[in-house]
Amino acid sequence: MAATVTTDSLTTDSEQVFDKKTWMGGVEPMKVSYGKLMMWFFLISDTFTFSALLVTYGLIRYSYPAWDPAIYGEVFKFSNLYWPTPEKVYNSVPFLHGIDLPLIFVGIMTFILIFSSVTMVLAVEAGHRMDRADVEKYMLWTILGGFTFLGSQAWEWGHFIHGTETGTTISELVNGQTIQRTIFGANLVENQYGPPAFADLFFFITGFHGTHVFSGVVLNILIFYRAATGLYDRRGHYEMVEKVGLYWHFVDLVWVFVFTFFYLV
Amino acid sequence: MIWRTFWILLAITAVEFTLAYFMKAGGLRTSIFVIMTLVKAFYIVGEFMHLKHEVKSLIWAIVIPIVFIIWLLIALITEGGSIFELR
Repeated sequence: MAATVTTDSLTTDSEQVFDKKTWMGGVEPMKVSYGKLMMWFFLISDTFTFSALLVTYGLIRYSYPAWDPAIYGEVFKFSNLYWPTPEKVYNSVPFLHGIDLPLIFVGIMTFILIFSSVTMVLAVEAGHRMDRADVEKYMLWTILGGFTFLGSQAWEWGHFIHGTETGTTISELVNGQTIQRTIFGANLVENQYGPPAFADLFFFITGFHGTHVFSGVVLNILIFYRAATGLYDRRGHYEMVEKVGLYWHFVDLVWVFVFTFFYLV
Repeated sequence: MIWRTFWILLAITAVEFTLAYFMKAGGLRTSIFVIMTLVKAFYIVGEFMHLKHEVKSLIWAIVIPIVFIIWLLIALITEGGSIFELR
Protein backbone atom coordinates (compact mmCIF):
# COMPACT_ATOMS: atom_id res chain seq x y z
CA MET A 1 0.00 0.00 0.00
CA ALA A 2 1.50 3.34 -1.00
CA ALA A 3 1.67 5.93 1.71
CA THR A 4 1.80 9.67 1.35
CA VAL A 5 3.51 11.45 4.20
CA THR A 6 2.37 15.00 4.86
CA THR A 7 3.66 17.24 7.60
CA ASP A 8 1.32 16.12 10.37
CA SER A 9 -0.69 13.16 9.15
CA LEU A 10 -0.10 9.87 7.41
CA THR A 11 -2.58 8.94 4.69
CA THR A 12 -2.91 5.51 3.07
CA ASP A 13 -4.65 4.51 -0.13
CA SER A 14 -7.87 3.89 1.76
CA GLU A 15 -7.79 7.53 2.87
CA GLN A 16 -7.61 6.80 6.62
CA VAL A 17 -5.76 9.52 8.45
CA PHE A 18 -3.56 8.79 11.48
CA ASP A 19 -2.38 11.67 13.56
CA LYS A 20 1.39 11.30 13.14
CA LYS A 21 2.16 13.28 16.27
CA THR A 22 0.28 10.80 18.42
CA TRP A 23 0.99 7.44 16.81
CA MET A 24 4.41 7.56 15.15
CA GLY A 25 6.48 7.04 18.27
CA GLY A 26 8.36 9.06 20.80
CA VAL A 27 5.21 10.06 22.71
CA GLU A 28 2.68 8.35 25.01
CA PRO A 29 -0.47 7.99 22.83
CA MET A 30 -2.75 7.35 25.80
CA LYS A 31 -0.95 9.83 28.06
CA VAL A 32 0.11 7.15 30.56
CA SER A 33 3.56 5.66 31.02
CA TYR A 34 4.57 2.36 29.43
CA GLY A 35 4.49 0.52 32.77
CA LYS A 36 1.02 1.71 33.67
CA LEU A 37 -0.37 0.92 30.22
CA MET A 38 1.09 -2.58 30.33
CA MET A 39 -0.46 -3.11 33.76
CA TRP A 40 -3.85 -2.14 32.31
CA PHE A 41 -3.38 -4.60 29.41
CA PHE A 42 -2.37 -7.35 31.82
CA LEU A 43 -5.50 -6.63 33.86
CA ILE A 44 -7.65 -7.03 30.73
CA SER A 45 -6.13 -10.48 30.17
CA ASP A 46 -6.69 -11.41 33.81
CA THR A 47 -10.27 -10.16 33.48
CA PHE A 48 -10.77 -12.70 30.70
CA THR A 49 -9.35 -15.46 32.88
CA PHE A 50 -11.67 -14.74 35.78
CA SER A 51 -14.64 -14.12 33.51
CA ALA A 52 -14.10 -17.51 31.91
CA LEU A 53 -14.04 -19.15 35.35
CA LEU A 54 -17.10 -17.29 36.59
CA VAL A 55 -19.13 -17.88 33.42
CA THR A 56 -18.22 -21.58 33.69
CA TYR A 57 -19.55 -21.48 37.23
CA GLY A 58 -22.75 -19.95 35.90
CA LEU A 59 -23.07 -22.64 33.24
CA ILE A 60 -22.55 -25.56 35.64
CA ARG A 61 -24.77 -24.12 38.35
CA TYR A 62 -27.51 -23.36 35.85
CA SER A 63 -27.35 -26.94 34.58
CA TYR A 64 -28.35 -28.27 38.00
CA PRO A 65 -31.80 -27.85 39.55
CA ALA A 66 -32.12 -25.64 42.58
CA TRP A 67 -33.72 -26.80 45.81
CA ASP A 68 -37.50 -26.78 45.42
CA PRO A 69 -39.64 -27.48 48.51
CA ALA A 70 -42.41 -28.84 46.30
CA ILE A 71 -40.15 -31.62 45.02
CA TYR A 72 -37.54 -32.23 47.70
CA GLY A 73 -39.36 -31.59 50.95
CA GLU A 74 -40.25 -28.67 53.22
CA VAL A 75 -36.94 -28.45 55.08
CA PHE A 76 -33.75 -27.73 53.15
CA LYS A 77 -31.06 -30.37 53.39
CA PHE A 78 -27.86 -30.96 51.44
CA SER A 79 -28.02 -33.37 48.52
CA ASN A 80 -25.96 -34.11 45.44
CA LEU A 81 -29.10 -33.92 43.31
CA TYR A 82 -29.46 -30.15 43.47
CA TRP A 83 -27.31 -27.06 43.95
CA PRO A 84 -27.30 -25.91 47.60
CA THR A 85 -28.61 -22.56 48.78
CA PRO A 86 -25.47 -20.55 49.65
CA GLU A 87 -26.75 -19.19 52.95
CA LYS A 88 -27.15 -22.76 54.20
CA VAL A 89 -23.53 -23.56 53.39
CA TYR A 90 -21.70 -20.40 54.43
CA ASN A 91 -23.23 -19.76 57.80
CA SER A 92 -20.43 -19.89 60.33
CA VAL A 93 -18.12 -17.32 61.86
CA PRO A 94 -14.79 -17.98 63.62
CA PHE A 95 -15.04 -18.17 67.43
CA LEU A 96 -18.85 -18.40 67.20
CA HIS A 97 -19.16 -22.15 66.81
CA GLY A 98 -22.65 -23.54 66.30
CA ILE A 99 -24.43 -20.22 65.80
CA ASP A 100 -26.21 -19.89 62.46
CA LEU A 101 -25.00 -16.63 60.91
CA PRO A 102 -25.62 -16.86 57.17
CA LEU A 103 -23.20 -14.86 54.99
CA ILE A 104 -21.96 -12.77 57.93
CA PHE A 105 -18.34 -13.85 57.70
CA VAL A 106 -18.13 -13.31 53.96
CA GLY A 107 -19.62 -9.86 54.51
CA ILE A 108 -16.80 -9.09 56.93
CA MET A 109 -14.26 -10.36 54.39
CA THR A 110 -15.77 -8.14 51.69
CA PHE A 111 -15.62 -5.12 53.96
CA ILE A 112 -11.94 -5.83 54.79
CA LEU A 113 -10.99 -6.07 51.12
CA ILE A 114 -12.90 -2.95 50.04
CA PHE A 115 -11.38 -1.04 52.96
CA SER A 116 -7.89 -2.17 51.96
CA SER A 117 -8.66 -0.80 48.48
CA VAL A 118 -9.51 2.55 50.08
CA THR A 119 -6.21 2.62 51.99
CA MET A 120 -4.47 1.77 48.71
CA VAL A 121 -6.08 4.79 47.00
CA LEU A 122 -4.98 6.92 49.96
CA ALA A 123 -1.42 5.61 49.51
CA VAL A 124 -1.51 6.60 45.82
CA GLU A 125 -2.83 10.03 46.73
CA ALA A 126 -0.05 10.43 49.31
CA GLY A 127 2.42 9.50 46.58
CA HIS A 128 1.12 12.37 44.42
CA ARG A 129 1.95 14.70 47.33
CA MET A 130 5.42 13.07 47.68
CA ASP A 131 4.50 12.37 51.31
CA ARG A 132 6.62 9.31 52.10
CA ALA A 133 5.36 8.87 55.67
CA ASP A 134 1.74 8.70 54.54
CA VAL A 135 2.59 6.34 51.67
CA GLU A 136 4.26 3.98 54.16
CA LYS A 137 1.36 4.24 56.59
CA TYR A 138 -1.35 3.49 54.03
CA MET A 139 0.65 0.72 52.32
CA LEU A 140 1.00 -0.99 55.72
CA TRP A 141 -2.75 -0.78 56.28
CA THR A 142 -3.33 -2.27 52.81
CA ILE A 143 -0.89 -5.12 53.50
CA LEU A 144 -2.59 -5.80 56.85
CA GLY A 145 -5.99 -5.89 55.15
CA GLY A 146 -4.65 -8.30 52.54
CA PHE A 147 -3.21 -10.69 55.12
CA THR A 148 -6.43 -10.56 57.16
CA PHE A 149 -8.44 -11.42 54.07
CA LEU A 150 -6.12 -14.33 53.27
CA GLY A 151 -6.34 -15.63 56.83
CA SER A 152 -10.13 -15.37 56.72
CA GLN A 153 -10.31 -17.22 53.41
CA ALA A 154 -8.03 -19.93 54.84
CA TRP A 155 -10.43 -20.33 57.76
CA GLU A 156 -13.37 -20.56 55.32
CA TRP A 157 -11.58 -23.31 53.38
CA GLY A 158 -10.73 -25.21 56.55
CA HIS A 159 -14.28 -25.05 57.80
CA PHE A 160 -15.69 -25.99 54.39
CA ILE A 161 -13.35 -28.97 54.09
CA HIS A 162 -14.03 -30.12 57.65
CA GLY A 163 -17.80 -30.03 57.31
CA THR A 164 -20.70 -29.87 59.73
CA GLU A 165 -21.27 -32.03 62.80
CA THR A 166 -24.02 -34.14 61.27
CA GLY A 167 -22.65 -34.45 57.74
CA THR A 168 -24.82 -35.65 54.87
CA THR A 169 -25.99 -39.21 54.40
CA ILE A 170 -26.08 -40.44 50.83
CA SER A 171 -27.33 -43.66 49.29
CA GLU A 172 -24.96 -45.48 46.99
CA LEU A 173 -25.14 -48.59 44.83
CA VAL A 174 -22.12 -50.70 45.75
CA ASN A 175 -21.76 -54.25 44.40
CA GLY A 176 -25.47 -54.45 43.61
CA GLN A 177 -26.51 -53.31 47.11
CA THR A 178 -27.76 -49.91 48.15
CA ILE A 179 -25.79 -48.70 51.18
CA GLN A 180 -25.94 -45.52 53.25
CA ARG A 181 -22.79 -43.53 53.80
CA THR A 182 -22.27 -40.27 55.67
CA ILE A 183 -19.97 -37.70 54.11
CA PHE A 184 -18.40 -34.88 56.09
CA GLY A 185 -16.96 -31.75 54.56
CA ALA A 186 -15.55 -31.51 51.06
CA ASN A 187 -12.78 -32.56 48.73
CA LEU A 188 -12.42 -32.49 44.97
CA VAL A 189 -14.24 -35.80 44.52
CA GLU A 190 -17.30 -35.42 46.72
CA ASN A 191 -18.76 -33.05 49.28
CA GLN A 192 -21.61 -33.03 51.77
CA TYR A 193 -23.20 -29.82 50.44
CA GLY A 194 -24.19 -30.68 46.87
CA PRO A 195 -22.91 -32.04 43.56
CA PRO A 196 -19.10 -32.57 43.31
CA ALA A 197 -18.89 -29.54 41.01
CA PHE A 198 -20.05 -27.31 43.88
CA ALA A 199 -16.91 -27.86 45.94
CA ASP A 200 -14.67 -28.11 42.85
CA LEU A 201 -15.72 -24.67 41.65
CA PHE A 202 -15.50 -23.19 45.15
CA PHE A 203 -11.89 -24.35 45.57
CA PHE A 204 -10.86 -23.46 42.03
CA ILE A 205 -12.28 -19.95 41.86
CA THR A 206 -11.62 -18.79 45.42
CA GLY A 207 -8.22 -20.47 45.16
CA PHE A 208 -7.36 -18.57 41.98
CA HIS A 209 -8.56 -15.36 43.58
CA GLY A 210 -6.69 -16.08 46.83
CA THR A 211 -3.49 -16.67 44.85
CA HIS A 212 -3.95 -13.27 43.22
CA VAL A 213 -4.50 -11.66 46.64
CA PHE A 214 -1.35 -13.35 47.91
CA SER A 215 0.76 -12.16 44.99
CA GLY A 216 -0.75 -8.70 45.45
CA VAL A 217 0.30 -8.68 49.11
CA VAL A 218 3.82 -9.76 48.15
CA LEU A 219 4.03 -6.95 45.59
CA ASN A 220 2.67 -4.47 48.12
CA ILE A 221 5.33 -5.51 50.66
CA LEU A 222 8.04 -5.06 48.03
CA ILE A 223 6.81 -1.62 47.00
CA PHE A 224 6.40 -0.63 50.66
CA TYR A 225 10.03 -1.57 51.22
CA ARG A 226 11.17 0.44 48.20
CA ALA A 227 9.14 3.46 49.28
CA ALA A 228 10.41 3.19 52.85
CA THR A 229 14.06 3.09 51.74
CA GLY A 230 13.56 6.25 49.71
CA LEU A 231 13.78 4.91 46.14
CA TYR A 232 10.70 6.80 44.93
CA ASP A 233 11.80 10.01 46.65
CA ARG A 234 15.06 9.80 44.68
CA ARG A 235 13.17 8.91 41.51
CA GLY A 236 10.92 11.94 41.91
CA HIS A 237 7.57 10.14 41.61
CA TYR A 238 5.55 7.40 43.26
CA GLU A 239 4.10 5.95 40.07
CA MET A 240 5.03 2.40 41.11
CA VAL A 241 2.56 2.73 43.98
CA GLU A 242 -0.12 3.57 41.40
CA LYS A 243 0.75 0.51 39.32
CA VAL A 244 0.51 -1.99 42.18
CA GLY A 245 -2.57 -0.04 43.25
CA LEU A 246 -4.22 -0.91 39.92
CA TYR A 247 -3.46 -4.59 40.51
CA TRP A 248 -4.84 -4.42 44.05
CA HIS A 249 -8.07 -2.78 42.93
CA PHE A 250 -8.43 -5.43 40.26
CA VAL A 251 -8.16 -8.12 42.97
CA ASP A 252 -10.87 -6.29 44.94
CA LEU A 253 -13.06 -6.01 41.84
CA VAL A 254 -12.80 -9.75 41.13
CA TRP A 255 -13.82 -10.45 44.72
CA VAL A 256 -16.91 -8.26 44.30
CA PHE A 257 -17.98 -10.48 41.39
CA VAL A 258 -17.03 -13.76 43.09
CA PHE A 259 -18.87 -12.74 46.25
CA THR A 260 -22.00 -11.83 44.29
CA PHE A 261 -22.18 -15.02 42.23
CA PHE A 262 -21.09 -17.53 44.86
CA TYR A 263 -22.71 -16.18 47.98
CA LEU A 264 -25.60 -13.91 47.05
CA VAL A 265 -27.21 -15.39 43.95
CA MET B 1 -14.02 11.79 46.59
CA ILE B 2 -12.24 8.67 47.82
CA TRP B 3 -14.36 8.42 50.96
CA ARG B 4 -17.54 9.28 49.07
CA THR B 5 -16.88 6.32 46.77
CA PHE B 6 -16.23 4.07 49.80
CA TRP B 7 -19.57 5.00 51.38
CA ILE B 8 -21.39 4.40 48.09
CA LEU B 9 -19.80 0.95 47.78
CA LEU B 10 -20.65 0.15 51.40
CA ALA B 11 -24.26 1.28 50.94
CA ILE B 12 -24.73 -0.82 47.80
CA THR B 13 -23.23 -3.86 49.56
CA ALA B 14 -25.54 -3.32 52.54
CA VAL B 15 -28.58 -3.22 50.23
CA GLU B 16 -27.35 -6.39 48.51
CA PHE B 17 -27.17 -8.16 51.87
CA THR B 18 -30.66 -6.98 52.80
CA LEU B 19 -32.02 -8.35 49.52
CA ALA B 20 -30.14 -11.60 50.05
CA TYR B 21 -31.90 -12.16 53.35
CA PHE B 22 -35.39 -10.84 52.66
CA MET B 23 -36.11 -11.22 48.97
CA LYS B 24 -37.18 -14.48 47.40
CA ALA B 25 -34.48 -16.17 45.32
CA GLY B 26 -35.13 -16.01 41.61
CA GLY B 27 -34.41 -14.34 38.29
CA LEU B 28 -35.48 -10.86 39.44
CA ARG B 29 -33.28 -10.92 42.52
CA THR B 30 -30.32 -12.23 40.50
CA SER B 31 -30.79 -9.45 37.92
CA ILE B 32 -30.83 -6.82 40.66
CA PHE B 33 -27.62 -8.29 42.13
CA VAL B 34 -25.94 -8.21 38.72
CA ILE B 35 -26.91 -4.57 38.14
CA MET B 36 -25.70 -3.54 41.61
CA THR B 37 -22.42 -5.40 41.09
CA LEU B 38 -21.93 -3.60 37.77
CA VAL B 39 -22.49 -0.26 39.52
CA LYS B 40 -19.86 -1.24 42.11
CA ALA B 41 -17.50 -2.25 39.30
CA PHE B 42 -18.07 1.12 37.63
CA TYR B 43 -17.04 2.94 40.81
CA ILE B 44 -14.03 0.73 41.56
CA VAL B 45 -12.67 0.96 38.00
CA GLY B 46 -13.68 4.57 37.40
CA GLU B 47 -12.63 6.16 40.70
CA PHE B 48 -10.28 3.82 42.59
CA MET B 49 -8.44 2.84 39.40
CA HIS B 50 -8.88 6.36 38.07
CA LEU B 51 -10.04 5.18 34.64
CA LYS B 52 -12.80 7.78 34.42
CA HIS B 53 -10.15 10.49 34.40
CA GLU B 54 -7.91 8.95 31.77
CA VAL B 55 -7.73 9.66 28.05
CA LYS B 56 -10.73 8.45 25.99
CA SER B 57 -8.69 5.98 23.94
CA LEU B 58 -7.54 4.17 27.10
CA ILE B 59 -11.08 4.05 28.50
CA TRP B 60 -12.34 2.46 25.27
CA ALA B 61 -9.34 0.08 25.16
CA ILE B 62 -10.53 -1.33 28.50
CA VAL B 63 -14.30 -1.21 27.98
CA ILE B 64 -14.67 -2.55 24.44
CA PRO B 65 -13.11 -6.03 25.08
CA ILE B 66 -15.84 -6.56 27.68
CA VAL B 67 -18.27 -7.33 24.85
CA PHE B 68 -16.46 -10.64 24.37
CA ILE B 69 -17.28 -11.48 27.99
CA ILE B 70 -20.93 -10.57 27.44
CA TRP B 71 -21.00 -12.89 24.43
CA LEU B 72 -19.37 -15.71 26.44
CA LEU B 73 -21.87 -15.24 29.25
CA ILE B 74 -24.92 -15.43 26.98
CA ALA B 75 -23.54 -18.40 25.05
CA LEU B 76 -22.54 -20.47 28.07
CA ILE B 77 -25.61 -19.77 30.19
CA THR B 78 -27.66 -20.97 27.23
CA GLU B 79 -25.53 -24.13 27.15
CA GLY B 80 -26.12 -24.60 30.88
CA GLY B 81 -29.83 -24.33 30.34
CA SER B 82 -29.82 -26.98 27.63
CA ILE B 83 -27.76 -29.34 29.83
CA PHE B 84 -30.39 -28.82 32.53
CA GLU B 85 -33.07 -29.91 30.08
CA LEU B 86 -31.10 -33.03 29.29
CA ARG B 87 -30.62 -34.12 32.91
